[in-house]
Amino acid sequence: MEQQRETAAFGMWLFLVTEIMFFGGMFCAYLVYRVSYFDAFVAGSQKMNITLGALNTAVLICSSVTMVLGVHAAKTNRRRATVLFLLLTIMLGLVFLGIKAVEYHEHWIAGEFPGPNFHFDGPDPRHTQLFFSLYFAMTGLHALHMIIGICVVGTIAYFAWKGHYSSEFHTPVEITGLYWHFVDVVWIYLFPLLYLISHKH
Amino acid sequence: MATTVQPVEQQNYLNSNYGIKSWLLTTDHKRIGLLYLMSITLFFFLGGFFAMLIRLELLTPASDLMQSDNYNKVFTMHGIIMVFLFLIPSIPAVLGNFLVPLMVGAKDLAFPKINLASWYLFMLGGVVALYGMVTGGVDTGWTFYTPFSTTYSNTNVVTVAIGVFITGFSSIFTGLNIMVTVHRMRAPGMTWGRLPLFIWSHYATSVIMVLGTPVIAITLLLVALERLFHIGIFNSQLGGDPLLFQHLFWFYSHPAVYIMILPSMAVISEIVACYSRKRIFGYNFVALASVAIAVFGFLVWAHHMFVAGISVYAAMIFSLLSFLVAIPSAVKVFNWTATLYKGSVHFDTPMLYAFGFIGLFTIGGLTGLFLASIGIDVHVHDTYFVVAHFHYIMVGGAVMGYLGGLHFWWPKISGRLYPEGWAKLSALLIFVGFNVTFFPQFLLGYLGMPRRYAAYPEEFQVLNVLSTAGASILAVGYVLPMIYFVWSLRYGKIAGPNPWNAAGLEWRTSSPPPTYNFEETPIVTWEAYNYDEISEEKGVEVAG
Repeated sequence: MEQQRETAAFGMWLFLVTEIMFFGGMFCAYLVYRVSYFDAFVAGSQKMNITLGALNTAVLICSSVTMVLGVHAAKTNRRRATVLFLLLTIMLGLVFLGIKAVEYHEHWIAGEFPGPNFHFDGPDPRHTQLFFSLYFAMTGLHALHMIIGICVVGTIAYFAWKGHYSSEFHTPVEITGLYWHFVDVVWIYLFPLLYLISHKH
Repeated sequence: MATTVQPVEQQNYLNSNYGIKSWLLTTDHKRIGLLYLMSITLFFFLGGFFAMLIRLELLTPASDLMQSDNYNKVFTMHGIIMVFLFLIPSIPAVLGNFLVPLMVGAKDLAFPKINLASWYLFMLGGVVALYGMVTGGVDTGWTFYTPFSTTYSNTNVVTVAIGVFITGFSSIFTGLNIMVTVHRMRAPGMTWGRLPLFIWSHYATSVIMVLGTPVIAITLLLVALERLFHIGIFNSQLGGDPLLFQHLFWFYSHPAVYIMILPSMAVISEIVACYSRKRIFGYNFVALASVAIAVFGFLVWAHHMFVAGISVYAAMIFSLLSFLVAIPSAVKVFNWTATLYKGSVHFDTPMLYAFGFIGLFTIGGLTGLFLASIGIDVHVHDTYFVVAHFHYIMVGGAVMGYLGGLHFWWPKISGRLYPEGWAKLSALLIFVGFNVTFFPQFLLGYLGMPRRYAAYPEEFQVLNVLSTAGASILAVGYVLPMIYFVWSLRYGKIAGPNPWNAAGLEWRTSSPPPTYNFEETPIVTWEAYNYDEISEEKGVEVAG
């Protein structure tokens, strides 16, 4: 049983490595373009809503805490607590997506979505548009990972409620936790790179 | 053939259950390997059909069989099918799936359900890509270069890109499964130093699959997003840069060449040792060369972009790094050759393929050095020289290894022997046909015939006719094994557990193996390729 658990965890870690490479392509593009078109990226970055971004960071960190508590509850045979913490995690994930949707809406209204309707008053609007292309691609893909994560945590919560997990067998809860933390960590990198890096004091 | 025939029909993975559900819902790695075998054989002949269309069009200088736009679609579909739907899954997903657990002495791969899921993802991706091809095709070349793919092409780029994206995940799952299995499922006593080189090579392949595939996945996703939502990461009108696409694309697609060739090298190491009746020369070097190829493979991608506008310094560094790949590749070739020395060499069919591989891979690899040197690359860039070079690696190397492996382990897979005479004939036809097809293309490219055109000047016709004639021989060579393999399933001689008297755990269980591979978990106390001990133990000379 212990060997199975370690094997599963090892598999999940490897999968997370592939996820790092998946996001890595875009992080790489962002860094290269930011160096090349510095002023345009600063101008774009200053259009970010730092308050909502910070709030979302806090929400995600809290969701990681509830996830850890959920895993711990599963390990210690507390079925109701496991379900409760997993549901809290889902709720915080949904709050994150809601706030993200508000932000997207603001950018959309301001004409900051790339494409024919893009509109921006600044030093280099063409490359600021590139900033927003990357912003939407990176946060959009992150949001997609959140949605997948919420579905998985939901499934795990259902099985927890059915009593599938115990101190002997809780591997699915644990590796789902790994995935959830990974998605959080991606945001921990996205937030400073997109929001904070060009913040005026 | 010195074989021990077992007339008693025993319980094995093939006859344990017959229903269609027992195949479609199986989690047995051996059955999933066979599912892959059937699927990629289908894709191989489909891709081969497009290849024949290309060769037929190029019989005459004028573009008469097809117009340019159709020709563009045909070579694109040939490339996409052969690369993503045949070559990448070929050895890892068929032979790797079948053999990795057997060779390390495990009951199955680490994640049997994920293994099955990988086959379904592969089929889904294949069907989506084929759907895109049937409903209008795609004409970007298999490389999907921007800005053509994102802005100008009017074909089904998004559908096909999504198909390739999905098959990418099947490849990630296969790689992940193999890596975890090699780390955690080895039988007692099966240390890293005792692993067959097949495993080392597959491990290196899996590293590339796990690290590289996500990068092309995100790249193709961004291409699709650019077409659908007009974001502009690669579009210079929106501030992006098409060159970034090439960097990201080749960051995967160059290592992908090693996804195709490393497993082939895995097969060749097993075959050369078995038919020389010797421990492989320089085991440690061959094993580490696999890992070195995987590592260097990630550092050479920009040699595809020497004329695309990268800086001179970058080009020089990438040129130098590309030359470095030659070192581990040569280490392997020299070690295989040294294994033959004073070995008791047998010319059975798998060994013929191995010889074919070594020769053709050497030509392909050396012409790769031509292309890695900047001056020559500028001269032959986008000509048939490049086409010939990568076909020597991908067909002469990868497919020869695949067929050699299929012959070598066919008795294990099916429990039956293939007809040796026919098999030797097909190996010969493939070798001759291959060289007649692709050697003229080196000349054509050096003389300046560009790739990807339906029409060409008349002075190139003789060599093109030669190439098409070779392709016809090659086609016969490829159809033959399919016929006699199917024939042997029913009429072939019963193989017995170890018809070649080979080393390796997979030969210590019955053929076909039982569902959980071994009656009892083997305990390994010997090194890989202990052929000197095997010959003493059995006291028989293996037939040649």
